[in-house]
Amino acid sequence: MNKDIYRKPIFTANPITVLVLGICSALAVTVQLKGACVMALSVTLVTGFSSMIVSMLRNTIPNRIRIIVQLLIVALFVILIDQFLKAYAYDVSKQLSVYIGLIITNCIIMGRIEAFALGNKPIPSLIDGLANGFGYGMILVFIAFIRELLGSGTLFGYQIIPQSWYVANGGFYENNGLMILPPMALILVGCIIWIQRSVQKDLQEK
Amino acid sequence: MNTNSNLYTIVYSTILVVVVAGVLAFVSMALKPKQQENIALEKMQNILNAAALGEDAAQLKSNKAAYIKGLYAEHITNSYILNIEGKVIDGEAFDVDLKAQYNIMKAIGNAKDDATAQALKSKLQLPVFVCTIDSMDLNIFPCYGAGLWGPIWGYLSVEDDFATLHGAIFDHKSETPGLGAEIAKPKFYSQFAGKKLEKEGKFHSIDIVKGGGQVENSNGVDAVSGATITSRSLQETMAAWFAEYMPYINLKREAVEAENSPCCCGSDTTGVCTNSCQAETSHATSSPIK
Repeated sequence: MNKDIYRKPIFTANPITVLVLGICSALAVTVQLKGACVMALSVTLVTGFSSMIVSMLRNTIPNRIRIIVQLLIVALFVILIDQFLKAYAYDVSKQLSVYIGLIITNCIIMGRIEAFALGNKPIPSLIDGLANGFGYGMILVFIAFIRELLGSGTLFGYQIIPQSWYVANGGFYENNGLMILPPMALILVGCIIWIQRSVQKDLQEK
Repeated sequence: MNTNSNLYTIVYSTILVVVVAGVLAFVSMALKPKQQENIALEKMQNILNAAALGEDAAQLKSNKAAYIKGLYAEHITNSYILNIEGKVIDGEAFDVDLKAQYNIMKAIGNAKDDATAQALKSKLQLPVFVCTIDSMDLNIFPCYGAGLWGPIWGYLSVEDDFATLHGAIFDHKSETPGLGAEIAKPKFYSQFAGKKLEKEGKFHSIDIVKGGGQVENSNGVDAVSGATITSRSLQETMAAWFAEYMPYINLKREAVEAENSPCCCGSDTTGVCTNSCQAETSHATSSPIK
């Protein structure tokens, strides 16, 4: 099988850093690592399975209502995930609130269905979807790691920075309040794009 | 087959929609009990939080549900539904839908004549939860109203003198994060503990105003800056709900004032007479707990 299917979305055509898709949720849900991980997993499952289902139906879908059918299938998976989170991870579901529902509008999903799943067999489509979701989730988790560690001094809610370091306890350290605000996520995304483009010179426009 | 014909498109979309709806309906039915359990658990936690209990539950990594249920069973010793006259009526207070009560209150405000207003008033169900901490009985009152974008609600715990707030907790559906949503943060609701529900000898709900948190103002808390509408509607919501509870609170306050008489139970019609008797005497002898 062509390795590019799963290699490209993660590195050279990463949805966030190269295609710059799905930025909205990347800014919103990266304050805490837990939320970012659940979001990453949800998007990966939705892109993977909706790509696979659309690919299975690709020869039967009437062309005129193609987008509606795709939306319906994406929405089905998003609602399923929302329902499961409400039942088994209520805290996370409250924290992510509208952003789970807004996965439907994540450009990555419709983009991959239109660009890939409609013209390829189900298994490559599944892999393509999962890889794109993973490429998105990877950046999300990375940003959340930095933001939670520097902004709240915790990871997954566990205290990482020792309490005795804090100014309040006579130490020298203070959490960076800017990290928990949305603009910092944008700046971090910018830094990641900067690093990636200086390493992969072929991404730079002439 | 011609996949672009009208008939094919209609049949295809119909079948697809029915299949998707079927899957969703099945999953929704299957997960409903679990989801409702989560919602009930959150409500229990809110009620406990209003009495400043169970705030450590968030740190628990496992068995959070059992911990909250245990705390609830231990501390919430009684709960009942009141009617508009402050009398106890039948029913499970925990199951009262606050939104439905809010809608009735709104309808009473819009009623054209007294008769309809009275008819609506008789339908009101007002839940009260009694929380016992170290022999002090706290009465926990709910409130529910309209915020800026969606509903806001909360629980307020009142000490057994019926004039001092012990604590409060608020939540919201869709207030603006960072502005209106701050009402659900400890920084805002921790201001309510110890505030007085009395002004110049009369009952007075809490004011949420600019500079309300100053020490000399025993009735007010600081509003959230940038969230004027949420702050104002929360203040109105609390006042509206306390107004409905007034008959009950007045009955209870009379009982507090008459605590020197040998028994306060004679005229008590709320069905909680033994509790309140004990609470009053213990309160009189022990130093007030903050």
